[in-house]
Amino acid sequence: MTPHLAYLLFGVAVFLLAATAIGQILRARVAPDGSNPAIENLNARIAAWWAMVILLAIAFLAGRPGVVLLFAILSFAALREFLSLTRKSAADHWALAAAFFVVLPVQYLLVGIDWYGFYAIFIPVYAFLLLPVLSALRGGPADFLDRVAETQWALMISVYCVSHVPALLSLQIAGFEGQNVLLIAWLIFTVQLSDVMQYVWGKLFGRRPLAPSLSPSKTWEGFLGGLATATAAGAAFWWLTPFAPGQAALMALVVTVMGSFGGLVMSAIKRDKGVKDWGHLIAGHGGFLDRLDSVVFAAPIFFHLTRYFWSQT
Amino acid sequence: MTGGGQRVLSRLRRSSLALVAGLLAKAITLFARLATAPRAIWAGVEPRAGQRIYYANHTSNGDFVLIWTVLPPVLRAKTRPVAALDYWLRSPMRAFVGRDVFNAVLIDRRPDHRAEDPVTQMAEALDGGASLILFPEGQRNSSEAPLLPFKSGLYHLARQRPGVDLVPVWISNLNHVMPKGEIIPVPLICTLTFGAPLRLADDEPKDAFLARTAVALLALRTGGAA
Repeated sequence: MTPHLAYLLFGVAVFLLAATAIGQILRARVAPDGSNPAIENLNARIAAWWAMVILLAIAFLAGRPGVVLLFAILSFAALREFLSLTRKSAADHWALAAAFFVVLPVQYLLVGIDWYGFYAIFIPVYAFLLLPVLSALRGGPADFLDRVAETQWALMISVYCVSHVPALLSLQIAGFEGQNVLLIAWLIFTVQLSDVMQYVWGKLFGRRPLAPSLSPSKTWEGFLGGLATATAAGAAFWWLTPFAPGQAALMALVVTVMGSFGGLVMSAIKRDKGVKDWGHLIAGHGGFLDRLDSVVFAAPIFFHLTRYFWSQT
Repeated sequence: MTGGGQRVLSRLRRSSLALVAGLLAKAITLFARLATAPRAIWAGVEPRAGQRIYYANHTSNGDFVLIWTVLPPVLRAKTRPVAALDYWLRSPMRAFVGRDVFNAVLIDRRPDHRAEDPVTQMAEALDGGASLILFPEGQRNSSEAPLLPFKSGLYHLARQRPGVDLVPVWISNLNHVMPKGEIIPVPLICTLTFGAPLRLADDEPKDAFLARTAVALLALRTGGAA
């Protein structure tokens, strides 16, 4: 582990310790019997944050295979949540099975062996053309385009976009060799901090709704406050990255804006499907996609910007 | 060999079979959890001790396994699925799983073949203290309709044992996990919505009762996520 990563993890641990202390004090003062749902939800969220940070730290310690495996598992959980809500018929069975058991493993294998030319197009070209063939071969034209499009979007979001997080490990940046894991740490830290701070700013000062028909809890005050805080924090941690301070601020702004848009788009899908959360497996947060939605939209853009401006390959 | 030796051997055989059955039960519930991440929604009823007849829609052979999986272990141990004898006794392996792992009440769906009346068998199982898992449609539903018409078994059982709660359970998405005739399961999330318990009213006619129980089950469709 590079010393920089150790500093960041230490900082996050201190932050979480403080949050845990506050959560426990609130609980003891206000409702020791666990009768206040807001405080219970806050504590469940903090506990889940601990689990997520520890898992990430273990993956970072295990190096490239650990990171690729962790995000493959996250993709699997996300794909399952997404495809549980999409339209499908018995004719799609092979296509769905292939999405889980062929497309997902192959994409992560390609990322693992660093075959950029193939993993960059494998899903948009090969999976998108071949999966509908499987559905067509099994017959059943009813809602064909809806079924195919929803399955493809599930793959795009849950597998293709998520796989661009571990893909950051393959970038060749002069003077940054062996430290690419810091790019992942910085990206996730910035984007997730933006989510948390948008929630905090929104709770404190939120007045004007951002998209009332999609998500009643999102406000302009929360959005702008979250962006400003996370951009400042991303810039302050420029020393973790190959970017200069000003560049880090710009990058942080791009990824937090993309992350917020991701949350908005995924809210629209949830609304359309009539659910509040994508899943139920992370206590206090909902599903894996509820936590990943902002990373999903930020990761590919962050990957390509970094690759275009800093990478030697 | 002496009689004592044989007794020890047969006891050893029985206890090792029970051990295998217990391990297999754990393995099956673990597999069900991995494959479908089942989510129980207790809407109108709590997972508490007490005798019940869980009745559910039937789209896949995995149906009762899922109900069994999401029940708390204490309740699971006392809950027996009602299953088709002609299916479960087709091979020795199936018979072992059906009888020893799931402790199923095996009923014969073919009136001309059967030695015992299915309703009597179910009532006896209730008298033995067990809860039951029952699929009143009587067969897997592979039609477009959400529910097939109920067979009369549920009514006859309710009339014979009117003091037992009937709990509707709507299972969603499992028909997409493994449609009839498929071998590879697609690991989607399944939800199981447990509704408020019902009982047979005094003098309630058969058709009215079957319609009421079917409506109560269908009403749970929107309770779970898609």
